[in-house]
Amino acid sequence: MKRDPRDLVRYTAGERINHWLVGISFILLGISGLALFHPAFFPFTMLFGGPTWTRILHPFLGVLMAVFFVFMFFRFLKNNLMRRIDWQWIGRINEMVDGSDETMPAQGKYNGGQKLLFWLLALCMLLLIPSGVVLWQAYFDFPIEARRWAAVIHSAAAVVMICLIFVHVYAAIWVKGTIRSMWYGTVTRAWARQHHRNWYEEVTKP
Amino acid sequence: MASLDIQARSATTTPSPGVREYPDVAKLIDISKCIGCKACQVACMEWNDLRDSIGENTGSYQNPPDLDAKSWTLMRFYEVEPEPNRLEWLIRKDGCMHCADPGCLAACPSPGAIVKYSNGIVDFNQEHCIGCGYCVTGCPFDIPRISQADQKAYKCSLCSDRVAVGLEPACVKTCPTGAITFGSKPDMIDYAGDRVRDLQGRGFQNAALYDPPGVGGTHVMYVLQHADRPELYGLPKDPTISPLVELWKGIAKPVAIGVMAAVGLTALFHYITRGPNAVSKEIEDDEERKAKEEQKA
Repeated sequence: MKRDPRDLVRYTAGERINHWLVGISFILLGISGLALFHPAFFPFTMLFGGPTWTRILHPFLGVLMAVFFVFMFFRFLKNNLMRRIDWQWIGRINEMVDGSDETMPAQGKYNGGQKLLFWLLALCMLLLIPSGVVLWQAYFDFPIEARRWAAVIHSAAAVVMICLIFVHVYAAIWVKGTIRSMWYGTVTRAWARQHHRNWYEEVTKP
Repeated sequence: MASLDIQARSATTTPSPGVREYPDVAKLIDISKCIGCKACQVACMEWNDLRDSIGENTGSYQNPPDLDAKSWTLMRFYEVEPEPNRLEWLIRKDGCMHCADPGCLAACPSPGAIVKYSNGIVDFNQEHCIGCGYCVTGCPFDIPRISQADQKAYKCSLCSDRVAVGLEPACVKTCPTGAITFGSKPDMIDYAGDRVRDLQGRGFQNAALYDPPGVGGTHVMYVLQHADRPELYGLPKDPTISPLVELWKGIAKPVAIGVMAAVGLTALFHYITRGPNAVSKEIEDDEERKAKEEQKA
Protein backbone atom coordinates (compact mmCIF):
# COMPACT_ATOMS: atom_id res chain seq x y z
CA MET A 1 0.00 0.00 0.00
CA LYS A 2 1.26 3.41 -0.90
CA ARG A 3 -0.32 6.27 1.01
CA ASP A 4 1.33 8.64 -1.40
CA PRO A 5 2.56 7.72 -4.89
CA ARG A 6 5.86 9.36 -4.01
CA ASP A 7 6.46 6.94 -1.07
CA LEU A 8 9.48 4.68 -1.43
CA VAL A 9 9.29 0.91 -1.30
CA ARG A 10 11.68 -0.31 1.41
CA TYR A 11 10.55 -3.92 1.78
CA THR A 12 8.82 -6.29 -0.62
CA ALA A 13 5.94 -8.44 0.58
CA GLY A 14 8.24 -11.46 0.66
CA GLU A 15 10.74 -9.67 2.87
CA ARG A 16 8.01 -8.52 5.22
CA ILE A 17 6.51 -12.02 5.53
CA ASN A 18 9.95 -13.45 6.19
CA HIS A 19 10.66 -10.85 8.87
CA TRP A 20 7.31 -11.47 10.57
CA LEU A 21 7.85 -15.23 10.61
CA VAL A 22 11.21 -14.72 12.28
CA GLY A 23 9.71 -12.16 14.65
CA ILE A 24 6.76 -14.30 15.72
CA SER A 25 8.89 -17.39 16.25
CA PHE A 26 11.42 -15.28 18.17
CA ILE A 27 8.76 -13.93 20.53
CA LEU A 28 7.36 -17.43 21.17
CA LEU A 29 10.88 -18.79 21.66
CA GLY A 30 11.85 -15.96 23.98
CA ILE A 31 8.79 -16.40 26.19
CA SER A 32 8.99 -20.20 26.33
CA GLY A 33 12.77 -20.12 26.77
CA LEU A 34 12.59 -17.66 29.66
CA ALA A 35 9.97 -19.90 31.27
CA LEU A 36 12.45 -22.76 31.27
CA PHE A 37 15.35 -20.53 32.33
CA HIS A 38 14.09 -18.77 35.46
CA PRO A 39 11.28 -19.77 37.83
CA ALA A 40 10.07 -16.14 37.85
CA PHE A 41 8.97 -16.69 34.23
CA PHE A 42 7.67 -20.24 34.72
CA PRO A 43 4.00 -19.07 34.56
CA PHE A 44 4.63 -18.26 30.87
CA THR A 45 4.40 -22.02 30.29
CA MET A 46 0.61 -21.60 30.59
CA LEU A 47 0.67 -19.71 27.27
CA PHE A 48 1.89 -22.85 25.53
CA GLY A 49 -0.55 -25.37 27.00
CA GLY A 50 1.41 -26.13 30.16
CA PRO A 51 4.98 -26.85 31.20
CA THR A 52 5.43 -30.11 29.31
CA TRP A 53 4.00 -28.62 26.12
CA THR A 54 6.40 -25.70 26.51
CA ARG A 55 9.31 -28.14 26.69
CA ILE A 56 8.00 -30.01 23.63
CA LEU A 57 7.25 -26.92 21.52
CA HIS A 58 10.30 -24.75 22.24
CA PRO A 59 12.80 -26.73 20.12
CA PHE A 60 10.37 -27.11 17.21
CA LEU A 61 9.80 -23.34 17.24
CA GLY A 62 13.59 -23.10 17.24
CA VAL A 63 13.77 -25.13 14.05
CA LEU A 64 11.19 -22.83 12.43
CA MET A 65 13.07 -19.70 13.44
CA ALA A 66 16.39 -21.16 12.32
CA VAL A 67 14.99 -21.87 8.85
CA PHE A 68 13.31 -18.46 8.47
CA PHE A 69 16.39 -16.72 9.87
CA VAL A 70 18.68 -18.37 7.33
CA PHE A 71 16.39 -17.19 4.50
CA MET A 72 16.32 -13.67 5.92
CA PHE A 73 20.07 -13.67 6.47
CA PHE A 74 20.80 -14.33 2.81
CA ARG A 75 18.03 -11.99 1.67
CA PHE A 76 19.52 -9.06 3.59
CA LEU A 77 23.20 -10.06 3.51
CA LYS A 78 24.32 -7.87 0.60
CA ASN A 79 23.02 -4.66 2.18
CA ASN A 80 24.62 -5.47 5.52
CA LEU A 81 28.27 -5.90 4.54
CA MET A 82 30.31 -3.69 6.85
CA ARG A 83 32.30 -0.92 5.17
CA ARG A 84 34.68 1.67 6.53
CA ILE A 85 31.92 4.30 6.59
CA ASP A 86 29.84 2.03 8.85
CA TRP A 87 32.58 1.87 11.45
CA GLN A 88 32.86 5.66 11.27
CA TRP A 89 29.12 5.89 11.86
CA ILE A 90 29.36 3.54 14.82
CA GLY A 91 32.21 5.65 16.19
CA ARG A 92 29.82 8.59 16.29
CA ILE A 93 26.84 6.64 17.64
CA ASN A 94 26.46 9.18 20.47
CA GLU A 95 25.07 11.69 18.00
CA MET A 96 22.48 9.14 16.88
CA VAL A 97 21.51 8.44 20.48
CA ASP A 98 21.06 12.20 20.96
CA GLY A 99 18.65 12.12 18.03
CA SER A 100 20.63 14.21 15.58
CA ASP A 101 21.49 11.68 12.90
CA GLU A 102 21.19 14.14 10.01
CA THR A 103 24.71 15.42 10.69
CA MET A 104 26.22 11.91 10.68
CA PRO A 105 27.95 10.29 7.69
CA ALA A 106 25.38 9.62 4.95
CA GLN A 107 24.05 6.06 5.09
CA GLY A 108 22.86 3.55 2.54
CA LYS A 109 19.88 1.26 3.10
CA TYR A 110 21.24 0.36 6.53
CA ASN A 111 23.36 2.40 8.89
CA GLY A 112 26.38 1.04 10.76
CA GLY A 113 24.34 0.31 13.85
CA GLN A 114 21.76 -1.72 11.94
CA LYS A 115 24.52 -3.67 10.19
CA LEU A 116 26.27 -4.40 13.46
CA LEU A 117 22.95 -5.61 14.90
CA PHE A 118 22.49 -7.87 11.85
CA TRP A 119 25.85 -9.53 12.45
CA LEU A 120 25.41 -9.82 16.20
CA LEU A 121 22.00 -11.47 15.70
CA ALA A 122 23.54 -13.86 13.19
CA LEU A 123 26.27 -14.70 15.69
CA CYS A 124 23.65 -15.37 18.39
CA MET A 125 21.81 -17.73 16.03
CA LEU A 126 25.08 -19.46 15.21
CA LEU A 127 25.47 -20.20 18.93
CA LEU A 128 21.80 -20.89 19.69
CA ILE A 129 21.07 -23.43 16.96
CA PRO A 130 23.80 -26.01 17.67
CA SER A 131 23.55 -25.61 21.45
CA GLY A 132 19.79 -26.03 21.18
CA VAL A 133 20.22 -29.27 19.26
CA VAL A 134 22.59 -30.57 21.96
CA LEU A 135 19.98 -29.77 24.64
CA TRP A 136 17.15 -31.46 22.69
CA GLN A 137 17.38 -34.68 24.65
CA ALA A 138 14.06 -36.05 23.43
CA TYR A 139 15.68 -36.70 20.04
CA PHE A 140 19.43 -36.44 20.56
CA ASP A 141 21.81 -38.08 23.00
CA PHE A 142 24.92 -35.96 23.51
CA PRO A 143 27.51 -36.49 26.27
CA ILE A 144 26.59 -34.86 29.57
CA GLU A 145 29.54 -32.44 29.53
CA ALA A 146 28.49 -31.21 26.08
CA ARG A 147 24.96 -30.66 27.38
CA ARG A 148 26.29 -28.61 30.30
CA TRP A 149 28.26 -26.38 27.93
CA ALA A 150 25.26 -26.14 25.63
CA ALA A 151 23.01 -25.02 28.50
CA VAL A 152 25.37 -22.18 29.42
CA ILE A 153 25.95 -21.11 25.80
CA HIS A 154 22.26 -21.37 24.89
CA SER A 155 21.11 -19.22 27.83
CA ALA A 156 23.86 -16.62 27.44
CA ALA A 157 23.30 -16.23 23.69
CA ALA A 158 19.54 -16.07 24.25
CA VAL A 159 19.81 -13.27 26.80
CA VAL A 160 22.13 -11.31 24.51
CA MET A 161 19.72 -11.84 21.60
CA ILE A 162 16.73 -10.71 23.67
CA CYS A 163 18.61 -7.53 24.59
CA LEU A 164 19.57 -6.93 20.95
CA ILE A 165 15.94 -7.34 19.92
CA PHE A 166 14.91 -4.87 22.64
CA VAL A 167 17.27 -2.38 20.99
CA HIS A 168 15.98 -3.32 17.52
CA VAL A 169 12.33 -2.89 18.48
CA TYR A 170 13.00 0.30 20.44
CA ALA A 171 14.87 1.85 17.52
CA ALA A 172 11.87 1.16 15.30
CA ILE A 173 9.51 2.77 17.81
CA TRP A 174 11.82 5.70 18.47
CA VAL A 175 12.52 6.62 14.85
CA LYS A 176 9.08 7.76 13.74
CA GLY A 177 7.86 6.57 10.36
CA THR A 178 9.81 3.32 10.55
CA ILE A 179 7.27 0.73 11.68
CA ARG A 180 5.06 1.22 8.61
CA SER A 181 7.86 -0.24 6.49
CA MET A 182 7.40 -3.48 8.45
CA TRP A 183 3.61 -3.38 7.98
CA TYR A 184 3.17 -2.37 4.36
CA GLY A 185 6.69 -1.85 3.12
CA THR A 186 6.91 1.86 2.33
CA VAL A 187 8.48 4.92 3.88
CA THR A 188 8.17 8.61 3.06
CA ARG A 189 10.84 10.36 1.03
CA ALA A 190 11.53 12.71 3.92
CA TRP A 191 12.15 9.74 6.22
CA ALA A 192 14.57 8.18 3.75
CA ARG A 193 16.38 11.47 3.18
CA GLN A 194 16.88 12.11 6.88
CA HIS A 195 17.95 8.62 7.97
CA HIS A 196 19.40 6.94 4.87
CA ARG A 197 20.53 9.71 2.53
CA ASN A 198 22.59 7.54 0.19
CA TRP A 199 19.76 5.03 -0.17
CA TYR A 200 17.34 7.93 -0.78
CA GLU A 201 19.51 9.28 -3.55
CA GLU A 202 19.96 5.85 -5.08
CA VAL A 203 16.22 5.04 -5.24
CA THR A 204 15.03 8.52 -6.28
CA LYS A 205 17.55 8.90 -9.10
CA PRO A 206 15.49 9.80 -12.15
CA MET B 1 5.40 -37.75 50.80
CA ALA B 2 3.17 -35.16 52.32
CA SER B 3 4.04 -36.38 55.79
CA LEU B 4 7.68 -35.38 55.32
CA ASP B 5 8.63 -31.74 55.48
CA ILE B 6 10.58 -30.21 52.62
CA GLN B 7 14.00 -28.62 52.86
CA ALA B 8 14.47 -27.65 49.23
CA ARG B 9 12.21 -27.60 46.20
CA SER B 10 13.23 -27.22 42.55
CA ALA B 11 12.67 -23.86 40.80
CA THR B 12 11.25 -22.37 43.96
CA THR B 13 12.66 -19.24 45.58
CA THR B 14 10.40 -19.02 48.66
CA PRO B 15 10.51 -21.40 51.64
CA SER B 16 8.64 -24.71 51.43
CA PRO B 17 6.65 -26.18 54.32
CA GLY B 18 9.34 -27.10 56.81
CA VAL B 19 8.50 -26.36 60.45
CA ARG B 20 9.19 -29.96 61.46
CA GLU B 21 12.73 -31.18 61.62
CA TYR B 22 13.66 -34.76 61.04
CA PRO B 23 17.08 -36.28 61.60
CA ASP B 24 19.15 -36.88 58.48
CA VAL B 25 18.77 -40.46 57.37
CA ALA B 26 21.38 -42.43 55.46
CA LYS B 27 21.82 -45.74 53.73
CA LEU B 28 25.22 -47.31 54.18
CA ILE B 29 26.42 -49.81 51.57
CA ASP B 30 29.35 -51.87 52.74
CA ILE B 31 30.94 -53.14 49.54
CA SER B 32 33.18 -55.54 51.46
CA LYS B 33 30.10 -57.41 52.64
CA CYS B 34 28.25 -57.50 49.31
CA ILE B 35 28.05 -60.86 47.56
CA GLY B 36 26.35 -59.56 44.41
CA CYS B 37 23.18 -61.59 44.84
CA LYS B 38 20.97 -58.78 43.44
CA ALA B 39 18.28 -59.33 46.05
CA CYS B 40 18.25 -55.53 46.42
CA GLN B 41 17.56 -55.14 42.70
CA VAL B 42 14.65 -57.54 42.99
CA ALA B 43 13.29 -55.92 46.14
CA CYS B 44 13.48 -52.51 44.46
CA MET B 45 11.52 -53.78 41.45
CA GLU B 46 8.98 -55.44 43.68
CA TRP B 47 8.34 -52.58 46.09
CA ASN B 48 8.23 -49.95 43.34
CA ASP B 49 6.27 -52.25 41.02
CA LEU B 50 8.70 -51.95 38.12
CA ARG B 51 9.53 -54.56 35.48
CA ASP B 52 12.38 -53.62 33.19
CA SER B 53 12.46 -55.38 29.83
CA ILE B 54 14.50 -58.56 29.64
CA GLY B 55 17.88 -57.56 28.27
CA GLU B 56 20.78 -59.36 26.66
CA ASN B 57 23.65 -61.13 28.33
CA THR B 58 26.63 -58.88 27.78
CA GLY B 59 29.17 -61.29 29.24
CA SER B 60 28.90 -59.98 32.77
CA TYR B 61 26.71 -60.62 35.75
CA GLN B 62 25.66 -57.01 35.40
CA ASN B 63 22.09 -57.08 34.20
CA PRO B 64 20.51 -54.82 33.06
CA PRO B 65 23.67 -53.22 31.66
CA ASP B 66 22.76 -49.78 32.97
CA LEU B 67 20.36 -47.90 35.21
CA ASP B 68 17.03 -47.25 33.56
CA ALA B 69 13.72 -45.49 34.17
CA LYS B 70 12.57 -48.95 35.34
CA SER B 71 15.79 -50.02 37.08
CA TRP B 72 16.49 -47.62 39.91
CA THR B 73 19.27 -49.67 41.42
CA LEU B 74 21.85 -51.88 39.75
CA MET B 75 24.68 -54.11 40.88
CA ARG B 76 27.75 -53.04 38.95
CA PHE B 77 30.45 -55.70 38.62
CA TYR B 78 34.09 -54.66 38.27
CA GLU B 79 37.01 -57.04 37.77
CA VAL B 80 40.06 -55.01 38.75
CA GLU B 81 43.65 -55.45 39.83
CA PRO B 82 44.30 -52.83 42.50
CA GLU B 83 47.79 -54.32 42.74
CA PRO B 84 49.43 -56.31 39.93
CA ASN B 85 48.32 -59.97 39.86
CA ARG B 86 45.79 -59.47 42.63
CA LEU B 87 42.39 -59.77 41.07
CA GLU B 88 39.46 -58.33 42.96
CA TRP B 89 35.84 -58.65 42.04
CA LEU B 90 34.25 -55.42 43.22
CA ILE B 91 30.49 -55.24 43.24
CA ARG B 92 28.80 -51.93 43.85
CA LYS B 93 25.11 -51.30 44.27
CA ASP B 94 24.60 -48.21 42.10
CA GLY B 95 21.72 -45.76 42.42
CA CYS B 96 20.92 -42.25 43.58
CA MET B 97 23.33 -40.92 46.21
CA HIS B 98 20.77 -38.47 47.68
CA CYS B 99 23.26 -35.59 47.83
CA ALA B 100 22.88 -32.97 50.54
CA ASP B 101 23.51 -30.48 47.73
CA PRO B 102 21.61 -32.13 44.87
CA GLY B 103 22.66 -31.05 41.37
CA CYS B 104 19.46 -32.43 39.85
CA LEU B 105 17.35 -30.20 42.07
CA ALA B 106 19.50 -27.16 41.29
CA ALA B 107 19.14 -27.78 37.55
CA CYS B 108 15.41 -28.58 37.45
CA PRO B 109 13.30 -25.76 35.94
CA SER B 110 9.92 -27.11 37.05
CA PRO B 111 8.70 -25.99 40.48
CA GLY B 112 8.34 -28.95 42.82
CA ALA B 113 9.36 -31.65 40.35
CA ILE B 114 12.35 -32.41 42.57
CA VAL B 115 12.24 -32.03 46.33
CA LYS B 116 14.65 -32.68 49.14
CA TYR B 117 12.84 -33.73 52.30
CA SER B 118 14.03 -32.52 55.65
CA ASN B 119 15.42 -36.01 56.36
CA GLY B 120 17.71 -35.62 53.34
CA ILE B 121 15.93 -37.84 50.81
CA VAL B 122 15.90 -36.37 47.29
CA ASP B 123 12.74 -37.35 45.45
CA PHE B 124 11.34 -36.83 41.95
CA ASN B 125 7.65 -35.96 41.60
CA GLN B 126 7.01 -37.24 38.10
CA GLU B 127 3.64 -35.49 37.80
CA HIS B 128 5.51 -32.17 37.82
CA CYS B 129 8.36 -33.39 35.58
CA ILE B 130 8.37 -31.78 32.14
CA GLY B 131 10.97 -34.12 30.62
CA CYS B 132 13.65 -31.54 29.79
CA GLY B 133 16.52 -33.69 31.08
CA TYR B 134 18.19 -30.83 32.98
CA CYS B 135 18.44 -33.09 36.06
CA VAL B 136 20.66 -35.38 34.00
CA THR B 137 23.05 -32.50 33.30
CA GLY B 138 22.97 -31.47 36.96
CA CYS B 139 23.77 -34.88 38.46
CA PRO B 140 27.46 -35.55 39.23
CA PHE B 141 26.78 -39.32 39.45
CA ASP B 142 24.90 -39.88 36.15
CA ILE B 143 21.82 -41.27 37.88
CA PRO B 144 18.52 -39.89 36.52
CA ARG B 145 17.06 -41.64 33.48
CA ILE B 146 14.36 -40.27 31.21
CA SER B 147 11.73 -42.84 30.30
CA GLN B 148 11.22 -43.32 26.58
CA ALA B 149 7.59 -44.14 27.33
CA ASP B 150 6.54 -40.91 29.07
CA GLN B 151 9.60 -38.60 28.90
CA LYS B 152 9.69 -38.30 32.70
CA ALA B 153 12.78 -38.63 34.86
CA TYR B 154 13.09 -41.54 37.29
CA LYS B 155 15.56 -42.63 39.94
CA CYS B 156 15.83 -44.25 43.37
CA SER B 157 13.50 -42.56 45.88
CA LEU B 158 15.28 -44.13 48.87
CA CYS B 159 11.81 -45.60 49.39
CA SER B 160 10.60 -42.23 50.70
CA ASP B 161 7.14 -43.78 51.01
CA ARG B 162 8.46 -46.51 53.32
CA VAL B 163 10.73 -44.18 55.29
CA ALA B 164 7.84 -41.77 55.86
CA VAL B 165 6.01 -44.46 57.81
CA GLY B 166 9.04 -45.64 59.73
CA LEU B 167 10.19 -48.52 57.53
CA GLU B 168 13.63 -49.04 56.02
CA PRO B 169 14.09 -49.00 52.22
CA ALA B 170 13.16 -52.24 50.45
CA CYS B 171 16.78 -52.99 49.43
CA VAL B 172 17.92 -52.69 53.05
CA LYS B 173 15.12 -54.93 54.25
CA THR B 174 16.04 -57.69 51.84
CA CYS B 175 19.88 -57.68 51.92
CA PRO B 176 20.88 -61.15 53.19
CA THR B 177 24.42 -60.25 54.29
CA GLY B 178 23.77 -56.97 56.05
CA ALA B 179 25.81 -55.12 53.46
CA ILE B 180 23.10 -52.45 53.32
CA THR B 181 22.08 -50.73 56.53
CA PHE B 182 19.81 -47.78 57.17
CA GLY B 183 19.43 -45.31 60.01
CA SER B 184 20.26 -41.80 61.08
CA LYS B 185 23.27 -40.40 59.29
CA PRO B 186 25.41 -39.99 62.45
CA ASP B 187 24.67 -43.61 63.39
CA MET B 188 25.64 -44.83 59.92
CA ILE B 189 28.89 -42.84 60.00
CA ASP B 190 29.60 -44.36 63.41
CA TYR B 191 28.90 -47.88 62.19
CA ALA B 192 30.98 -47.28 59.07
CA GLY B 193 33.88 -46.30 61.33
CA ASP B 194 33.80 -49.77 62.93
CA ARG B 195 33.71 -51.43 59.53
CA VAL B 196 36.60 -49.30 58.24
CA ARG B 197 38.74 -50.17 61.28
CA ASP B 198 37.96 -53.83 60.78
CA LEU B 199 38.96 -53.67 57.10
CA GLN B 200 42.13 -51.76 57.89
CA GLY B 201 43.01 -54.47 60.41
CA ARG B 202 42.66 -57.03 57.62
CA GLY B 203 45.14 -55.30 55.32
CA PHE B 204 42.94 -52.80 53.48
CA GLN B 205 44.89 -49.75 54.66
CA ASN B 206 42.97 -47.42 52.36
CA ALA B 207 39.52 -48.53 53.47
CA ALA B 208 37.31 -45.53 54.26
CA LEU B 209 33.83 -44.11 54.12
CA TYR B 210 32.69 -42.54 50.82
CA ASP B 211 30.61 -39.49 51.81
CA PRO B 212 31.88 -36.92 49.29
CA PRO B 213 32.01 -33.39 50.77
CA GLY B 214 31.92 -31.78 47.30
CA VAL B 215 28.15 -32.34 47.19
CA GLY B 216 27.69 -31.57 50.89
CA GLY B 217 27.88 -35.26 51.76
CA THR B 218 25.41 -37.89 50.61
CA HIS B 219 22.57 -39.81 52.18
CA VAL B 220 23.74 -42.98 50.48
CA MET B 221 27.30 -43.78 51.57
CA TYR B 222 29.73 -46.55 50.78
CA VAL B 223 32.37 -48.37 52.77
CA LEU B 224 35.11 -48.84 50.17
CA GLN B 225 38.12 -51.15 50.57
CA HIS B 226 40.07 -48.84 48.24
CA ALA B 227 38.67 -45.42 49.10
CA ASP B 228 41.79 -43.76 47.71
CA ARG B 229 40.70 -44.99 44.29
CA PRO B 230 36.89 -44.74 44.07
CA GLU B 231 37.20 -44.90 40.28
CA LEU B 232 37.86 -48.67 40.69
CA TYR B 233 34.15 -48.86 41.61
CA GLY B 234 33.03 -46.45 38.88
CA LEU B 235 32.63 -43.64 41.42
CA PRO B 236 33.88 -40.08 40.83
CA LYS B 237 36.89 -39.16 42.98
CA ASP B 238 35.68 -35.76 44.13
CA PRO B 239 32.16 -35.19 42.81
CA THR B 240 30.77 -31.67 42.75
CA ILE B 241 27.99 -29.97 40.85
CA SER B 242 29.65 -28.96 37.57
CA PRO B 243 30.81 -25.32 37.62
CA LEU B 244 28.92 -24.92 34.33
CA VAL B 245 25.68 -25.97 36.01
CA GLU B 246 26.47 -23.69 38.98
CA LEU B 247 26.96 -20.79 36.58
CA TRP B 248 23.85 -21.57 34.53
CA LYS B 249 21.61 -22.11 37.55
CA GLY B 250 23.30 -19.59 39.84
CA ILE B 251 24.60 -16.16 38.97
CA ALA B 252 23.39 -16.30 35.34
CA LYS B 253 19.74 -16.06 36.38
CA PRO B 254 19.78 -12.76 38.33
CA VAL B 255 22.37 -11.27 35.96
CA ALA B 256 20.19 -12.11 32.95
CA ILE B 257 17.12 -10.52 34.50
CA GLY B 258 19.17 -7.48 35.53
CA VAL B 259 20.65 -6.99 32.07
CA MET B 260 17.31 -7.39 30.27
CA ALA B 261 15.60 -5.02 32.71
CA ALA B 262 18.42 -2.49 32.35
CA VAL B 263 18.20 -2.52 28.55
CA GLY B 264 14.41 -2.20 28.62
CA LEU B 265 14.45 0.64 31.16
CA THR B 266 17.26 2.45 29.34
CA ALA B 267 15.14 2.42 26.19
CA LEU B 268 12.09 3.70 28.07
CA PHE B 269 14.00 6.51 29.79
CA HIS B 270 15.76 7.40 26.57
CA TYR B 271 12.36 7.89 24.96
CA ILE B 272 10.95 10.05 27.72
CA THR B 273 14.09 12.18 28.02
CA ARG B 274 15.12 12.56 24.36
CA GLY B 275 11.69 12.32 22.76
CA PRO B 276 10.93 10.65 19.44
CA ASN B 277 13.32 10.87 16.54
CA ALA B 278 10.95 12.41 14.00
CA VAL B 279 11.75 13.60 10.49
CA SER B 280 12.81 17.24 10.62
CA LYS B 281 10.26 19.82 9.54
CA GLU B 282 12.80 21.32 7.15
CA ILE B 283 13.26 18.10 5.17
CA GLU B 284 9.52 17.41 5.21
CA ASP B 285 8.71 20.89 3.82
CA ASP B 286 11.40 20.56 1.17
CA GLU B 287 10.00 17.19 0.05
CA GLU B 288 6.51 18.71 -0.13
CA ARG B 289 7.84 21.54 -2.25
CA LYS B 290 9.46 19.03 -4.62
CA ALA B 291 6.21 17.09 -4.84
CA LYS B 292 4.28 20.19 -5.84
CA GLU B 293 6.91 21.09 -8.45
CA GLU B 294 6.66 17.62 -9.94
CA GLN B 295 2.87 17.87 -10.08
CA LYS B 296 3.08 21.15 -11.99
CA ALA B 297 5.59 19.79 -14.44
